[in-house]
Amino acid sequence: MKMLQTAVHEIETADELQKIINENENVMVCCGRMGPMCIPVYEVMEELEEERPHIKFYSMAFDSREAAPIRNADMCRGFMGLPFTVYYKNGKMVQATSSIQSHKQITSILDANFQ
Amino acid sequence: MENIYDVMILGAGAAGLTAGIYTSRAKLRTLILNEGVIGGQMVLTNEIANYPGVETTSGYAVATIMKKQAKSFGCEIKSNIKIQTYRLHDEIKSVDLEDGRSFQARSVIVAPGGRPRPLNIPGEDEFKGKGVSYCATCDGEFFTGKDLVVVGGGNSALEEAVALTTYANKVTIVHQFDHFQAFRHAIEEVDKNPKIDFIMESELRGFFGDEKLKKVSIEHLPTGKISEMGIDGTFVFIGYIPGTEDFKGLIALNERKEIIVDADMKTDIPGVFAAGDCIVKRYRQVTTAVADGTIAALSAADYLRNVK
Repeated sequence: MKMLQTAVHEIETADELQKIINENENVMVCCGRMGPMCIPVYEVMEELEEERPHIKFYSMAFDSREAAPIRNADMCRGFMGLPFTVYYKNGKMVQATSSIQSHKQITSILDANFQ
Repeated sequence: MENIYDVMILGAGAAGLTAGIYTSRAKLRTLILNEGVIGGQMVLTNEIANYPGVETTSGYAVATIMKKQAKSFGCEIKSNIKIQTYRLHDEIKSVDLEDGRSFQARSVIVAPGGRPRPLNIPGEDEFKGKGVSYCATCDGEFFTGKDLVVVGGGNSALEEAVALTTYANKVTIVHQFDHFQAFRHAIEEVDKNPKIDFIMESELRGFFGDEKLKKVSIEHLPTGKISEMGIDGTFVFIGYIPGTEDFKGLIALNERKEIIVDADMKTDIPGVFAAGDCIVKRYRQVTTAVADGTIAALSAADYLRNVK
């Protein structure tokens, strides 16, 4: 069941997440809620989807038990702010951030990892 | 001349979107350029309960409807851009974007809004999302059973401190003055909450930890004595700063870097208006930003009628 009202495609299951990161070279997933720190990140992703077709952009509900692979990821250890935003390159998590991120911060990570 | 807009609005918060709704509905060709998130500070407000005529709603919901309204009247919106150069003193105003694009207009409404004021102390960026937060609603539950510091003494700080006691073991409010500036009802709520105590006349000087925030250093201002305090998280609510850095030397600002306007939202430059949290005013609310945006739009329309 979808829980996020955003135009960024919402991943609903852990299996779907695994399939996506297996089948795509560059993947960004924002795992959050419809809160004030998360919405700005979804908005940036909506804009970037058109500009960067070589990257797949997804959202995932933080409160879903299916999001456990992100919540419990080693790179997210110590995170205490929503959203958890994670970046996968060739199936491997290469970067993760906690709390709100600006357009510039997100594009810096994309540029560094997904050229 | 077909690429020249009638009105160019810089910013898409409550003031900018309102101005866009009014000017585009008045059949003025309108462009909104927005460097941040559409909705501005409004989007960071989880609950709006005092917007007249609207029952409790979220800032995101209001911003989404405002954007839709503006677009329905023909307003163009370009967001997540970065403006590099402003030419506001010419009869035809223009801006150059970082990506090479340029836009021109006969009038400009400046509405860049504001942003949460950071503490700007060592460790703040490093521990953002790892113990340093600016949103109790978003991150409060990560601190269930933990000890927290809330920085600030206004309404937001005190109301959020009370909200955080739902989760936290203990909340310590650190404030630079010897009294709070919040309304009486907010102070009373804090006073009667057994989980909250205060450190007055003090400021944070640094954040320390490893993977997570572990402690803060606090200076007692009258004595200059610095002490350390072990805590799990810090929430910062010390107000907003106007987003007017780009306009220094271009438009008249006061000593707090707020844009000086008259009652019609006119700046010191003919054809350039300003609205919202960036202008000189005491009260910063969604409703006051909407009012400013309306006045700026009507003033811009009046200006265009007279110069055409």
